[in-house]
Amino acid sequence: MTADPLTYLPANAWIDDALVTVHADPDAIRLLFPAVGRNCGRGPLREDSPWTVDDAVRVLLLAALPYTGERLAEELTALYRQGDTAERRGVLRALPRLEPRIGALALPLVRDAVATNDARLISAALGDYAARHIDVEAFRHAVLKCVFLSIPLGDIAGLADRVDEELVRMLVDYAQERAAAGRDVPVDVWPIVDRYLCDSQD
Amino acid sequence: MRIFDPHIHMSSRTTDDYEAMYSAGVRALVEPAFWLGQPRSTVGAFVDYFDSLLGWERYRAAQFGIQHHCTIALNPKEANDPRLLDVLDELPRYLVKDRVVAVGEVGFDSMTPAEHTVFARQLELAIANDLPVLVHTPHRDKAQGTRRTLEIIAESGIPPERVVIDHLNEMTVGIVADSGCWMGFSIYPHTKMTEQRMVAVLREYGTDRMLVNSAADWGRSDPLKTRRTGDAMLADGFTAQDVETVLWDNPVAFYGQSGRLELAEVELDPIGVFQGSSVKRGGE
Repeated sequence: MTADPLTYLPANAWIDDALVTVHADPDAIRLLFPAVGRNCGRGPLREDSPWTVDDAVRVLLLAALPYTGERLAEELTALYRQGDTAERRGVLRALPRLEPRIGALALPLVRDAVATNDARLISAALGDYAARHIDVEAFRHAVLKCVFLSIPLGDIAGLADRVDEELVRMLVDYAQERAAAGRDVPVDVWPIVDRYLCDSQD
Repeated sequence: MRIFDPHIHMSSRTTDDYEAMYSAGVRALVEPAFWLGQPRSTVGAFVDYFDSLLGWERYRAAQFGIQHHCTIALNPKEANDPRLLDVLDELPRYLVKDRVVAVGEVGFDSMTPAEHTVFARQLELAIANDLPVLVHTPHRDKAQGTRRTLEIIAESGIPPERVVIDHLNEMTVGIVADSGCWMGFSIYPHTKMTEQRMVAVLREYGTDRMLVNSAADWGRSDPLKTRRTGDAMLADGFTAQDVETVLWDNPVAFYGQSGRLELAEVELDPIGVFQGSSVKRGGE
């Protein structure tokens, strides 16, 4: 398990003020959420981290909401629906942390994200929360979408545990289709297919 | 030649246009919210449109190395439809968004009382959100419309240096120059200004507070008119620095007042692949 990304967040007075504001008036998050990037930065949280500074700040703001269950899911949905790509990514990044308070109620947001063609949203959606909650059909299609969009398959949480015969068939069919068109097959497809075939022969 | 197109409706343009614009030197642009030809009948249609300006279109531009910004407003033409007045209630949550660099396009189309009310209300929103304003001037009765526009701006109390009055021509540039507002010119293939007329205006009025745009949209228009104007300026003896002032520094100075411009070279999504030819389709 890697360290909690939030531990790398530098101190920032804007964040402190925003957290105080959200504690006092949870509705204020609607106007603070879009302003995070320009006040705190949008660079990588640390070298080689897929998280950005604004991702981490948005996760903090969401964690500060005094809601649970349906009410929390409602607020997350509103922020996601009204959010631009960065704001939506922030909501998706927060899901594993909020899971004890929302269970599977935020799953529609994950489904929405993997239905886009935006690699940033799809990558953020396919974290530990999706690994635990998304159904197998949706998961397979999300993996295939990653292959289509050249999103590294290594970024998908829980992939190794969820590869099954149907997903392997989909990947092999895709590879054949690409080969028929005279095009390359993303290299990270083969290790997954090979590992599954090896394991199933044991 | 480095170009910032301060007014272009990319949602109506193709990826070929993005490619050609990048080749011509366009590295940043502003897409104002405006009408779509087909009138909208619901507030939801505006919400979807605003979202596409902040989301899909920004993403699409980035695939072609161009920084996309937008302005948000209820446009003057549709301000006349009472079904759409609630769009005004949606604006505050959009005006806090990244890359929303002005309130616009606002102003007059037919100079109706409804247009006046909506214009004045949106000037208040600009002041409240500390944003500049992009003002459209009417195609018909342009000179009178421009005068009334300047009166309403003066009444609002917004500083003139935070306002650009757009679609000007030889008849209207003078009063706007005197007002202290920025002057916008849309260079079109058949109507509005031509690049040669634009060069003459620049000769007469100088390059200060001057913005040149293509205003390219779904009508007959040309997204490379900014570049053509730069070429025409050089051919007429303006220096490369003059061209840079008009086509880059001025839009940066005007929209930079929002504090929300993103001008670094587009960082292509590290997990996507920039192919320079098209938005990826089916894993291209």
